[in-house]
Amino acid sequence: MRSNLETPRSPLALKLAAGCSLLFLHVPLCIIILYAFTTEEAAFTFPPPGLTTQWFSQLANRGDFWESLWLSIAVATTATLVAMILGTLLSLALYRSNFFGRDAISLLVILPIALPGIVTGIALRSAISLTGAQFTFWTIVIGHATFCIVTVYNNVIARLRRTAHSQVEASMDLGASTWQTFRYIILPNIATALLAGGMLAFALSFDEVIVTTFTAGQQRTLPIWIFDQLTRPRDRPVTNVAAVFVIAVTFIPILLSYRLTASTRE
Amino acid sequence: MAANQSRSVAVSLRQVCRYFGDVRAVDRVDLDIYDGEFFSLLGPSGSGKTTCLRLIAGFEQSTSGSILLHGQEVAGVPPYDRDVNTVFQDYALFPHMSVGENVAYGLMIRKVPKDERNRRVREMLDLVRLSGMENRRPTQLSGGQRQRVALARALVNQPRVLLLDEPLGALDLKLRQQMQVELKAIQQQVGITFIFVTHDQEEALTMSDRLAVFNHGRIEQIGTPAEVYERPTTEFVAGFVGTSNLLKGDTATRLMGSAQTVAIRPEKIRIYAPGEIIDTGMVQANGTIKEIIYLGMHNKYLVSLDNGDELTVVQQNLDALSAVNSIGRGHAVQLAWARASAHPLNPAGGSK
Repeated sequence: MRSNLETPRSPLALKLAAGCSLLFLHVPLCIIILYAFTTEEAAFTFPPPGLTTQWFSQLANRGDFWESLWLSIAVATTATLVAMILGTLLSLALYRSNFFGRDAISLLVILPIALPGIVTGIALRSAISLTGAQFTFWTIVIGHATFCIVTVYNNVIARLRRTAHSQVEASMDLGASTWQTFRYIILPNIATALLAGGMLAFALSFDEVIVTTFTAGQQRTLPIWIFDQLTRPRDRPVTNVAAVFVIAVTFIPILLSYRLTASTRE
Repeated sequence: MAANQSRSVAVSLRQVCRYFGDVRAVDRVDLDIYDGEFFSLLGPSGSGKTTCLRLIAGFEQSTSGSILLHGQEVAGVPPYDRDVNTVFQDYALFPHMSVGENVAYGLMIRKVPKDERNRRVREMLDLVRLSGMENRRPTQLSGGQRQRVALARALVNQPRVLLLDEPLGALDLKLRQQMQVELKAIQQQVGITFIFVTHDQEEALTMSDRLAVFNHGRIEQIGTPAEVYERPTTEFVAGFVGTSNLLKGDTATRLMGSAQTVAIRPEKIRIYAPGEIIDTGMVQANGTIKEIIYLGMHNKYLVSLDNGDELTVVQQNLDALSAVNSIGRGHAVQLAWARASAHPLNPAGGSK
């Protein structure tokens, strides 16, 4: 084995393996993008007989699509804002203090993202039903915020731990109140981490299906709209176009958040 | 040089304690620091000097005792309501602000008008010799320059007391010596009370009007540099500030006529050849040179007394040839010192 590892063929094999993994991950995405332009309506053949942009205009005329898209954007934006506020407060509370049970609390904060969505979903549905509340836009936001808080919290607390606490003391020493210190010293220090966490949260919320099915009433977010489309084979290319939208809307924030925290990972 | 009793007291600590669990970081400290003084808190790491400074700044709250700033009790007063400013050990500059914005921070918080703010920032940067650096970022500065920015940022608010927490610790020796002189000059120029924390006894002696020597959370001695150096009151001070020979028990009785421990500085002892006639007013002892260490400006001799005790003697190299050649290792010598040079120590020896 050892001698095999030392031969120059091994790195090549590793490269091939890595390449295959990448293909495995991304070929389906490429197929979706490709067949958003196909001229066929239902049965797909490879290569597509022709390319067209007619599905884009067809999708543009679907009122239910626009409704779902806006709902998704509204939910993701609201959940992200809630998560940014709560996640920042949580990380501020936990990064400096050292009390009994701190690690347990920190685990509890991270748990929603590790927990299967179906468990979060059913737990939220039971809890909301118990209060007798209707399933509305706000119940979806609450459901999404549970896991959005995690990404914000993780990003912000990592940045806070790397920020010298003496800066906070220096600010107080120079006459700044707690709020002024937060506004002028802490916030600028954590800004990019907060934004990055928020963008990841947005991307997570935007394509969430499982928790949404449990916490939504009659509302259909975009992923659920796409899911429903599967039962209508003749709409397949239109659905692909919608999927391309989802890819674009989630990919851009993830890319930006990666750039924003690039300096953190050096 | 000596503390002027008629001057008003800037900072006063009365029986101040700060415990962290079982650890007595600061233990029953009494201290008066006068207006306009350059006062050093000197001690090894963990001796409570930095905690003492943080108590004055308001970053720590005392367990018991009272702290007065210009006569006002400050227990429970947050740092931003105290008329003191701090220069931090790591400088604590704000990395997202320019040098100018860093220095202007305190003025901005106090809503000083922009024109005045800019003028005072410029004046301060002139004072610390960083003119024209307003737009640099802290990361673009050298360690010495950052140190000056931290100083300017604290001084621009014209506090009545400036606290400095080992501000020169991160600088290399040459720069540190240069900054010592500069810091002292700035202090005399602005006339503000400086409270300076350091573990470097030479630094404390060089810069201070008075200093307090800390050990195990307690103050061992307070005095001018000369008082502390020439007349240490405890064994700890005698050993921590400069070096001292301690004469104890039988040796002390035989040489000094009393069993009380005395401290004598190595440079106060003279070396004579055997048989050389010594002034009868001097305390005399016979010994053998055990080791000679050449230190350039002076020589250090380790001399074994007849009873086995060892004394360190330092002699200036006035004449290179005679100093090296006249006495060598293994030679018998006579030692002598003025009775007044041997200083009796408190039997208690401070708290342990």
